[in-house]
Amino acid sequence: MKAIEALHRTARTTLRATLLAASAALLTTAAAAESGAKLKVGLMLPYTGTYAALGNAIENGFKLYLQEQGGKIGDREVEFFKVDDESDPSKATDNVNKLIKRDNVDVLIGSVHSGVAMAMAKVAKDTGTLMIVPNAGADAVTGPMCAVNIYRSSFSNWQPGYAMGEVMAKKGIKKVVTITWKYAAGDETVRGFKESFEKGGGTVVKELNLPFPNVEFQALLTDIAATKPDAVFTFFAGGGAVKFVKDYAAAGLKKTIPLYGSGFLTDGTLDAQGADADGLMTALHYADSLDTPKDKAFRLSYAKTYKLQPDVYAVQGYDAAQILAVGMKAVHGDLSKKAEFAAAVERDKIDSPRGPFTMSKAHNPVQDIYLRQVIGKENKLIGVASKALADPARGCKN
Amino acid sequence: MSRFKLVFVGLAFLGMAAFPAVAGSYGVDFVTKVMVYAIFALSLELLVGTTGLVCFGQAAFFGIGAYAVVLLSPQSDAASVYCLLPAAVACAAFFALLVGFLSLRTKGAYFIMVTLAFAQMAYYVVHDTPLGGGTDGIYLMFKPLLGAWLDLDKPLALYGFTWACLLGVFGFLALLNRSRFGRALAGIRVNEQRMRATGFSTYPYKLAAFVLSGAIAGLAGFLFAVKDGFVNPELMSWHLSGAVLIMIILGGLGHLRGALVGAFAFALLQDFFKSEAVFGSMAKHWHLGLGLSIIASVVLLPSGLVGLPQQIRARLTGRSQTHGVDDAST
Amino acid sequence: MVLPARRWQTRRAAARTERAGRTLHAMDIATFAIQCLNALQYGLLLFLVASGLTLIFGIMGVINLAHGSFYMLGAYMAFALAPLVAGTLGGGFFTTLLVGVVLAVILGYVLEWAFFSFLYTREHLQQVLMTYGLILVFEELRSLLVGDDVHGVSAPAILSGTLPLGDVMTYPVYRLFMSGVCLLLALGMYLVFTRTRLGMMIRAGSSNREMVQSLGIDIKFLYRVVFAAGMAIAVLAGMVAAPVSSVYPGMGDTVLILCFVVVVIGGIGSIRGALLAALLIGFVDTFGKVLLPQAAGVLVYVLMALILLWRPDGLFKAG
Repeated sequence: MKAIEALHRTARTTLRATLLAASAALLTTAAAAESGAKLKVGLMLPYTGTYAALGNAIENGFKLYLQEQGGKIGDREVEFFKVDDESDPSKATDNVNKLIKRDNVDVLIGSVHSGVAMAMAKVAKDTGTLMIVPNAGADAVTGPMCAVNIYRSSFSNWQPGYAMGEVMAKKGIKKVVTITWKYAAGDETVRGFKESFEKGGGTVVKELNLPFPNVEFQALLTDIAATKPDAVFTFFAGGGAVKFVKDYAAAGLKKTIPLYGSGFLTDGTLDAQGADADGLMTALHYADSLDTPKDKAFRLSYAKTYKLQPDVYAVQGYDAAQILAVGMKAVHGDLSKKAEFAAAVERDKIDSPRGPFTMSKAHNPVQDIYLRQVIGKENKLIGVASKALADPARGCKN
Repeated sequence: MSRFKLVFVGLAFLGMAAFPAVAGSYGVDFVTKVMVYAIFALSLELLVGTTGLVCFGQAAFFGIGAYAVVLLSPQSDAASVYCLLPAAVACAAFFALLVGFLSLRTKGAYFIMVTLAFAQMAYYVVHDTPLGGGTDGIYLMFKPLLGAWLDLDKPLALYGFTWACLLGVFGFLALLNRSRFGRALAGIRVNEQRMRATGFSTYPYKLAAFVLSGAIAGLAGFLFAVKDGFVNPELMSWHLSGAVLIMIILGGLGHLRGALVGAFAFALLQDFFKSEAVFGSMAKHWHLGLGLSIIASVVLLPSGLVGLPQQIRARLTGRSQTHGVDDAST
Repeated sequence: MVLPARRWQTRRAAARTERAGRTLHAMDIATFAIQCLNALQYGLLLFLVASGLTLIFGIMGVINLAHGSFYMLGAYMAFALAPLVAGTLGGGFFTTLLVGVVLAVILGYVLEWAFFSFLYTREHLQQVLMTYGLILVFEELRSLLVGDDVHGVSAPAILSGTLPLGDVMTYPVYRLFMSGVCLLLALGMYLVFTRTRLGMMIRAGSSNREMVQSLGIDIKFLYRVVFAAGMAIAVLAGMVAAPVSSVYPGMGDTVLILCFVVVVIGGIGSIRGALLAALLIGFVDTFGKVLLPQAAGVLVYVLMALILLWRPDGLFKAG
């Protein structure tokens, strides 16, 4: 009896001790941080869930640039640390802390979901870690949350909307109904659209929205039909974009009320949308048939390396690596020189597959927004919607 | 037996208090998060373990506490903890009162579904209406101050404050379990009909437990919002309600220290399945490992991790297990 | 005089407003009708999925959180089986549906035997946790086997047409087909429950399990049949809905929560209640989206709260 009690006691104490030791080992930061040699890049992207394909494309694009530079950026070899953000903003702060405080990364790359990117931006701003956003277009990241160490290689939600508004106003369209999800990406795109469209003489007669990520559009499509506008402008992405385009055609609206949208409506979704997407005009900072030497070379090498066709997300990942390289060259690998890094990036032109672009003071790309149309199974370039469009970066004190 | 429990709990708290001395900033962050989850788990333990009410909507109270912090904080200045903390807790408790009033008239599986549905309602209010920041969440610009001497913006200060809250909640619930009120709740768990037959009106007791549990969950939400500086609707998602339920089952139902152990074990388990070092490319499918562990723990560890020594001892000595259903367990 | 002239003018103006009102009214009727059709279709699909959940709970007393995963399974089956069926059997959409249902019944039978039969004797809490673990496992298996991409499923050619309703809008025939399928299945369920021996045994088993066993009826087999049927119904709902909702990760989650609300409002175990509740939700949600877009998501829960105030156990008790 007593022996068993003693055994019991020791077993419990040892179990407790091992548990504490194991947790300490998992949590305590590695002894003596690495001395300058390898560049630690933290990738915080969605590797599961609806945005997994986007996360993979961004990582592929980033690694492609690295491969082209012989595996080094700014004369330093790169070590990757990956965290799956699951597109869940509630775990974002935790996940980014893992990268910054446990793995001590030098550069943070992420993310796709705006909510996640916002959480990351807050931590990056507080800790001063270099961060490059390869997709999330939330205006806040280069707006009120802008900082000397936060950059974006993709776009701001305002840009494609504004460009499309200009195009539609020039076409002579007068009455438009907008429809989108009620979240930052949707709201900000529509706001950008409304700004230029109303400046060009048009009116937005109705702004429809539904909660994200709801995809029951029938009731709202009926509403659009009843309102009878000249055209509809929309922002949807991923699964929602697929469903919306199909529902719009199934409701018979495609023939009577032309549909325009931000490019994400037809990017990466054409296979699933099929014939319902034919002829749709969208505005985005990339197109499938740019035909420039840089883009052709990029698409060829991406297809060869990954056996997939690249999309706008891959380009954004590739350009994130370019921005990093530009800055690294200027500071000779010493990332603590944040002001010099920023000055170099703001000064140089980034030679991107989408076309060369510069970075604004708020660290958002100043780029051409292309007008594309779905022909065959591609987003074919039919013109430039807006040249060298800069996001107004409202609220940024950079 | 209870002396061992006391020693275990005491050592756990001392360990947590001494931890910042050996850990780096990430470790401090991690354990702060786990302590917040432990407070959250304790709130559910009061409902499920003590009173026998299985609530699947606990995340709503957690989220309301968190959102209250951000929405009630002034935009340009740091608020005072003395005002903000009671306010956040009161908001969560008020919602608990509403939900409890409507749902406590139901029982069993129905109660589970109703609490889940009400938590979803709170989620959609924050997600769709302009009250919350929508799906992307809102920032807490300035973290509150405790009087003039403790700035919760500093990680160590927050760690200490969270530790104190955890100790307070733990002690409070331990005393509650031994009080007449706690005994009544235990009686309701064992056999509500018998309680009613002896003249006890069980509804007010259940409602009180529900509101108290909501208040404690609101406290956990307050701490979480202060730690992250950022809140979003996923804090009210039913997946979080499920996660906290898993924590108390994993730890051991019916024991307060089960909530502590469960919170740590769950966090460590998640990290374990996510680590590429162990699983390589399968690490991104960590939900699979977690799901299998949950199923395994329900089947193989009916009394949770806290009951593991007893299980092993029973297997070693071949004795059959007898559950002490009415001992005031810590 | 001013007065007669004014009266004449007023009469003309009145006639004009009346004509305008009639056209406005007429347009409203068409839109209203279409919204009603939308609400009906949405509600009926929800009923189909929820009926499986309430059946499994009412008869076996098991809360199955993984029910949403069955719906997702159906949708992914519609996507994955279509090319296989076309290649080996040469069939189209309807053959895929049939194959899918058969597979679902077999899978349901096996799943019940291997996993769910252990849940009957356990407490609700354990059932909740184990089925929650099952959701995670299903999601990851889906990710491993089919990947994380969004997919579209095309409706069969005969059903891809549209019916003109009103002057601008047309209503997709496929959605009418969906409503039709749901109604047929509802009718089928009613007939099975009230007119067949199996239905009689099921109803008996839900009210008194031991008595049924002592009468020599194999209750285990009965439960297996009910579970397989419940799963098959959910899978069929997913397959039928796939062309309309597209196929994407996490699609089971939203459906699951709504099913729970249907069961809460309708009453556990009541198919009648599930039908009424699902239709109510369909209408509240559809019209709410158009009239109060911001509150649309919350309205369904407000409805639930109101019904709980009036009837704490739902509209109908098990039956």
